[in-house]
Amino acid sequence: MADPTSSHDQRDPTQTSADVVVQPTPPSGDAPPQRRRLSWISEGIVPLLAILTALLIGAVIVFFSAPAEKGTRIQVTINAFKGLFVGAFGNWADPSTIPIALSNTLVESTPYLLAGLAVALGFKAGLFNIGAEGQLLMGAIGAAAVGVWLPAWLGVASLPTLIHLPLALLAGALAGGIWGAIPGYLRAKTGAHEVINTIMLNYIALRVLDYMIVNGPMRAQGASLQRTPYIQESASLPRFVGIVRSADLTEGQNYLPFVPTTSSTWDLRIHSGLLIALLAVAFVWWLLRRTPTGFEIRTIGANPEAARYAGMNITRTFVLTMGLSGALAGLAGTGQVLGLDHNLKSVFSGGLGFDSIAIALLAKSNPIAIIPAAIFWGALRQGAGAMQIASGISSNLINIIQALVIIFIAADQIVRWLYRIKRTDGGGMVFSRGWGK
Amino acid sequence: MKFWTRARGVGVLGIVLTLLLLLTVDSNLNRKLEQARTASPDRAPASVWDYSSRLYIPKPGNKPSEPPITTITLPTLLTVLVVGGLLIVGGGALIARNPERRGIAPYMSIVIVMSFISILLWGTAGGAAARGADLADTLSRIIRIATPLVLGALAGLVCERSGVVNIGIEGMMLAAACAGYTFALIMGNLFNNAGAMPVWIGVVAAILTGGLMASLHALLSIRFKVDQIISGTVINIMAIGVTGYVRSNFLISYESPVRSGLPNAPIPLLSEIPLIGPIFFNHKPITYMMLLLVGLMHVLLFKTVWGLRTRAIGEHPKAADTVGINVNRMRFRNVVIGGMIAGLGGAWFGLESTFRFDDLMTNGAGFIALAAMIFGKWTPLGAFGGALLFSSANALQLKVQDNIGLPPQFLQMLPYIVTIIVLAGVIGRARPPAAVGQPYEK
Repeated sequence: MADPTSSHDQRDPTQTSADVVVQPTPPSGDAPPQRRRLSWISEGIVPLLAILTALLIGAVIVFFSAPAEKGTRIQVTINAFKGLFVGAFGNWADPSTIPIALSNTLVESTPYLLAGLAVALGFKAGLFNIGAEGQLLMGAIGAAAVGVWLPAWLGVASLPTLIHLPLALLAGALAGGIWGAIPGYLRAKTGAHEVINTIMLNYIALRVLDYMIVNGPMRAQGASLQRTPYIQESASLPRFVGIVRSADLTEGQNYLPFVPTTSSTWDLRIHSGLLIALLAVAFVWWLLRRTPTGFEIRTIGANPEAARYAGMNITRTFVLTMGLSGALAGLAGTGQVLGLDHNLKSVFSGGLGFDSIAIALLAKSNPIAIIPAAIFWGALRQGAGAMQIASGISSNLINIIQALVIIFIAADQIVRWLYRIKRTDGGGMVFSRGWGK
Repeated sequence: MKFWTRARGVGVLGIVLTLLLLLTVDSNLNRKLEQARTASPDRAPASVWDYSSRLYIPKPGNKPSEPPITTITLPTLLTVLVVGGLLIVGGGALIARNPERRGIAPYMSIVIVMSFISILLWGTAGGAAARGADLADTLSRIIRIATPLVLGALAGLVCERSGVVNIGIEGMMLAAACAGYTFALIMGNLFNNAGAMPVWIGVVAAILTGGLMASLHALLSIRFKVDQIISGTVINIMAIGVTGYVRSNFLISYESPVRSGLPNAPIPLLSEIPLIGPIFFNHKPITYMMLLLVGLMHVLLFKTVWGLRTRAIGEHPKAADTVGINVNRMRFRNVVIGGMIAGLGGAWFGLESTFRFDDLMTNGAGFIALAAMIFGKWTPLGAFGGALLFSSANALQLKVQDNIGLPPQFLQMLPYIVTIIVLAGVIGRARPPAAVGQPYEK
C-alpha cells in the first residue's frame, strides 16, 4: 500500500488480522515522528527498484541475444534502450519530436489507466478479474455499434454530439459491465471461481468479435480490412490538438480537435479519452474511500467472513464490483474505438487485459498510483516499436520485462533482499483467495 | 420456501437449451431443403423428415472407399425431436418434483451429452446418397484432442491435491511447446539427424521446461508465499513473453533438417479391433502416455504412501506436519512433478499434433484443463471424463462446422460455454482440497 494516507490508518479494513500478526512489534517508547514518513518512502521505492531490476535483466537478455549484424553486443544493448526512450519520450536532441512522442505515450497509456483501474477495483473486493480483455472487447463492440448505427436505428440522419457521444460511451461501459457482472454473479451465487469464468468469457468475447466483424452483421461492406464502418463524427472523442484538414473530408478523418493548428509537429493523436480515464480514477478513489459501498468492497476484500457477519450483502457487492470493473474495462475499449481508431477491427486488443493485471499489481491496487503505473506501461509499449527498429530486438522483450516486473512486485521479498530494504508495511497484501470460497 | 431452487433452475436451463437446439435444427434443415430444391428440384428430398444421419464403423486400416462394417441410419429430425422431447419431459419432472439433490447432476449431464449427439446427427444429416460420419474416427479424434486437456488436468490435480493452486498450466504448456520444438530443431542440426531422435529429445526438453516453469511457481508461491493465483498469472505472462521472443528472434529464421514430429504408432493386433482399435490403439506416443498416466495417477494418488501424504498436505497441512511430513518440501516437489506433466502436454502441441510453434498456440487449453479438473472433483478418472467432455465439444465443432449452416464462431464458443455451465455447479458441486491456495506456515 503505497498510499501514504492509508498505510498506517488503524481503521483501514484492508489490514487483515494476518497482517497484524506479521507486523513487527514497534520498538518500545515513542517512535520518532519522521519514521512514518520514511516508511512510505521506502515502500514507494520498492516498485521503482522492481522496475529497475526488471529493466536490468532485460538488458542482460538483450546483451546475450543481440543479432550479430547490428554491431557489438554492448552497442545493441545501448541502442535498444536508447530506442526505447526515444520512442516513448522523443529525441531530446530534436525538441520537435517530443510532443508527438509524449502524445503517443499518453494515448498508449489511456486504455491501461482504465483497464488497470478495473483490475485494481476487483482486487479491492478480493476478486481477480482476468477478464479485462473480454470486457474491453465487448465494450468496444458496444461503442462501435452505437457509434456507427445509432442514428440509423433512430431513423435520423445525424445526432448532436451531446447526445450521441454520451450514449456511445454508455453503451461501451454497459457492454463491458454486463460481461463483468456475469462472473461476479456466478461467483457470489454458485461459488464458481471468477478466474476461470473470466478467462472463458475472454475467449467467448473473442469469438463474438470475430463473428461480428469477419462474417457478421458489423462488417463494413467493401472495406479491404476486416473492420466496422467508421463511427459518426458526433460519437467521436475529440482530439486536443490537431490539424484541421478540409471541410469536406472523406469518411473517418474528420474528427475535430479542440485546438486547431497548422503545424504538423502539433498534429497529435492524444484525445479526450484521457480525461475520461482520469475522471474514472477520481471516481474509483472517491468510491473506495468516501462511500459506504467502497467500505463494503474493501471489507469484503479483506475479510469476507467478518463482512458476512456484519450483515453486508456479499452477492450485491460482488456483482456490483465486477460490473463496475467490467464497465471500466469496457470504457478502455470504448476509448480506443471512439478516440483513436474510429472503427473496430477484427484484431483489436494486443493483450491489454493481461497488461492491466500488471498495472494493478504495480500500483498495489491504489487508484491514484494507477496513473504513474499506466504511464510507465504506455511508455514501455510505445518505446517497444522504436526499440525493435533501433536494435533489431523483438518487441516481445517488453513482455518479458513486464513479467519480471510482476514477479518482483508480487514477490517483493526478492527486491527487499537485493537492496536490503526492511519491511515497514507489515506484510504483503491479500489479492485474492483460493477456489470455492 | 424459496421457489427458485437449484433443481428448478437446472430444469428450466435444460428445457431452454433443448428448445433452442430443436428450433435451430428445424430451421436449419428447412433452409437446407430449400437450398437443395433451388439447386436441383428433382433430386431434393421430399420433406425435412426425409433427412437422415448415418454413422458408420469402418474396418480398421481400410481405405475410405471400401464398405464399412455396419452403418447406423437414423431419421435426423425424428430422432432429435424424440430426444429433445424426453429431455423436456425430464426438465419438467425436475421442476415439478423439486428434489433436493437426486437427479439434478445426471439430468444436466444427459442434456449435455444428448445435445452433443444431436448436433453430431444434425451435422451429418443428408439425403439418401450421403455417406455420413465415421464413428470410429470421431471418437478417436475426441481422445486425441483430449490429450493436452487430460495432461493439464493431471498437472493441476497433483498441485492442487497438495494445496497449491496452479493457474499457470497454460503458461507451462506454452513454454514447453516452444522449448520442445526449439530443441528438436537444434538437436536435428547438432546430430545431423532428421529422424525421431531429435524429436524425442524435444519431448524431454519440453518436460524439463514444464518442470522449470513450475519450480518458478513453487519458488514464488511456497518459498516467497506470493499469492498463488498471482504467481500463476506471472507464469502465464512470462511464457507469452519468452516464447514470443524466442519465436521472433530465433525460430522464424532457423533452418533444421527435422521436418516432422512424433510419428503415428498403431499398436499391432490391438489396433485391428473394429471400433475399439482406432479409438484407443491407433495414436501417437504422447496420447498413449496420457492414457497410461490417468491410470497411474489414480493408483499413485489413492493407493500409495506418496498419494496419502499428498492428499494430507492439501487437506490439513498442520496435521501432516505433526506426523513428520515436510509440508513445503513435498509441495515444492509435487508442483514440479505437475509442471513436468504439463510440459508433456505442451510437447503434444509442438511435437505431436503439429510440428511447429505459433504464438499462443495452447489457446486456453491450460484453463480448460483446470475446469476439467474441477469438473472431475479433483480425481484423475473424473478429470479424464471432464477433459473428454470438453474435447468432444471441440471435436464436434471441427466435425460439423462445414455442414451446419451456423457461423463457425458459435460452435467454437461451445467448449467455453460448457466450461462456464459446468463450473456453475450445475453438475454437482465439488469440494476442493481444504488447504488449497493457502501458504503453509508453522
